[in-house]
Amino acid sequence: MTRPDLSKTSAPAPGAGTPVLEVDDLHVEFRTRSGVVNAVNGVSYTLAAGETLAILGESGSGKSVSAQAIMGILDSPPAVITGGGIFFEGKDLLTQPAEEQRKVRGPGISMIFQDALSSLNPVYSVGFQIGEMFRAHRGTSRKEAKKKAVELMDRVRIPGAAARVDDYPHQFSGGMRQRVMIAMAIALDPRVLIADEPTTALDVTVQAQVMDLLKDLQRDTGMGLVLITHDLGVVNEVADEVAVMYAGKIVERGTVDDVFTDAAHPYTDGLMSSIPQLEAKGGRLTPIVGQPPNLAAIPSGCPFHPRCSRRRIGAEAAPGRDCAADVPPLRLVVPGREAACHYSEEVLGV
Amino acid sequence: MSDDSDGSTGATAASLPTTAAGETLLEVRDLRKHFPLTQGIVFRRTIGHVRAVDGVNLTLRRKETVGLVGESGCGKSTVSKLLVALEKPTSGSILYKGRDVAKMSGRALKAYRREVQIIFQDPYASLNPRMTVGDIVAEGWAVHADVAPRKGRLQRTQELLDRVGLNPDYVNRYPHQFSGGQRQRIGIARALALRPEIIVCDEPVSALDVSVQAQVVNLLEDLQDEFGLSYLFIAHDLSVVRHISDRVAVMYLGSIVEEGTDEQVYASPSHPYTQALLSSVPLHEPALRGQKDRILLQGDVPSPADPPSGCRFRTRCWKAQDVCAVEPPALVDRGQGHPSACHFAEARRVVPLEEGR
Repeated sequence: MTRPDLSKTSAPAPGAGTPVLEVDDLHVEFRTRSGVVNAVNGVSYTLAAGETLAILGESGSGKSVSAQAIMGILDSPPAVITGGGIFFEGKDLLTQPAEEQRKVRGPGISMIFQDALSSLNPVYSVGFQIGEMFRAHRGTSRKEAKKKAVELMDRVRIPGAAARVDDYPHQFSGGMRQRVMIAMAIALDPRVLIADEPTTALDVTVQAQVMDLLKDLQRDTGMGLVLITHDLGVVNEVADEVAVMYAGKIVERGTVDDVFTDAAHPYTDGLMSSIPQLEAKGGRLTPIVGQPPNLAAIPSGCPFHPRCSRRRIGAEAAPGRDCAADVPPLRLVVPGREAACHYSEEVLGV
Repeated sequence: MSDDSDGSTGATAASLPTTAAGETLLEVRDLRKHFPLTQGIVFRRTIGHVRAVDGVNLTLRRKETVGLVGESGCGKSTVSKLLVALEKPTSGSILYKGRDVAKMSGRALKAYRREVQIIFQDPYASLNPRMTVGDIVAEGWAVHADVAPRKGRLQRTQELLDRVGLNPDYVNRYPHQFSGGQRQRIGIARALALRPEIIVCDEPVSALDVSVQAQVVNLLEDLQDEFGLSYLFIAHDLSVVRHISDRVAVMYLGSIVEEGTDEQVYASPSHPYTQALLSSVPLHEPALRGQKDRILLQGDVPSPADPPSGCRFRTRCWKAQDVCAVEPPALVDRGQGHPSACHFAEARRVVPLEEGR
């Protein structure tokens, strides 16, 4: 193995890590013919080894685009990274030449996607596609790569791995395909795995299997996991920290326990009361009114203010804290909790 | 009008327990739909059947919501298509107000199709992109002209849009100008336009974001109260189904494995599949984390083209014994207070009790 650098530092006790991935004030926009769409507007977070950070948001909140920016797989044009930095082990990926960036993707950071069927190449066997990681990054021979593919398929608990290594993606079920993709992603022992809605297309019983697998793999390798999802249940059961995104920004961040028990941002609060419970029939749901914003015309001030029941505008607002005019910064509200709302203290009741 | 007298058994209502909900509107008996698997291009031979729906029994009463849950491929969407007569059953019957739908024709079938409407999952694919919203909502009246007098149709369309929470001025807009949640509202307005008795909701909120999903769920509840609708609510999201349903049926590989009130099915599930399904749902309250009785199922759902003998769930079941491979368990009450299709049915609390917070 010719990779002393990364493997030496791997596998510290989970939670006790140093930051492996740091995203600093990332901005991404899509320049389309009908105007500029501001998909990501200043997103910052850090991820330690062994930590699981969930990025929670609805469609169009910019959660996937920020991940694609990290992986360098944005369609450009129309997408342009207009600002910020992405630091992997202290080095800014965005300022490095493409060749250097490529060396990080795979061994350093890798990614799995929602739709395993369209993420896999239908005309190559799964063994070939998993082995490609070794051939491309390590120059391993075909024979050796196939052997490693079988080992990996075993590791992601695909039954009968040796017999199935030459099968094609369409011969696998949805859950098994997702495992194939996970096998590709962990092939080179990445320090960071970005999972973009990894279980959204799966049934709940299969989702539980895949989430269990991801957790076990993380415990074994000490990798950091960025879990992008819209499912509050998955966040609660898997993640340590959560960042809630709305209109291309993080609006609240903290430990899952804190945020889900007592939200500091009205949007998070609204999400929590929008979902029905499994353990009780519950009363009428209280949805968030209105529609998510159009990213080509994000509302002034706080982007959530048109849908917010606590907004204060004009004379009602405290000086410099007009929800329709002043953009609320992401600030520390109570220890360990940041929120981008002028009136978070009131939301929290502190 | 020979079809008018066909299939009216009249015996159905008497055998049913009385509940708060009204008379029985729809009764499904041993419904089956097998799709042929063929081989060859010139000489097509049938080499087998996909048993998409294989013996489903359901009852829907007036003003009631019955939830049908199951994972992909269990046949729940085929049930919805059979119910709105988009597919013909292989065997079994659908009795609507006591009359067999399969034997209806002409005017009776037309009336049935008006009274039983459907809302689809994908609000992007289920609306014609070349038609304005007004035309989409009003299209049903071209066939069922008696529902809305020709003169007031525009006004009626606008009322419907207003009722489902859309701006009535949007009648001349096209579907692409709306968001997913708004499109789903258009689909609901279209279903309402024909003043149905029953709406089959086939995953109506699955494609929507959480915040918008709650809006649509509330809208469906309000419309039910206002128009006295009955819903068959098909979904894979167990929390949403519990929230909206009076009774819940759990489907696995073409048949119903457990049925009961929401409390019976969720608080004391007695079929192993229901237990596994409920235990797989991630809960969103930190206080309840780790309190769930976790059951991890092994393997995948078997192919409906070649289902296991006896009990269909036995290949993934931890309780399976020899009898399960031989004798398909009937969907009957085995002392749990509600029917469950398991030889060894036993109530087990999987979902933790709610804690006051």
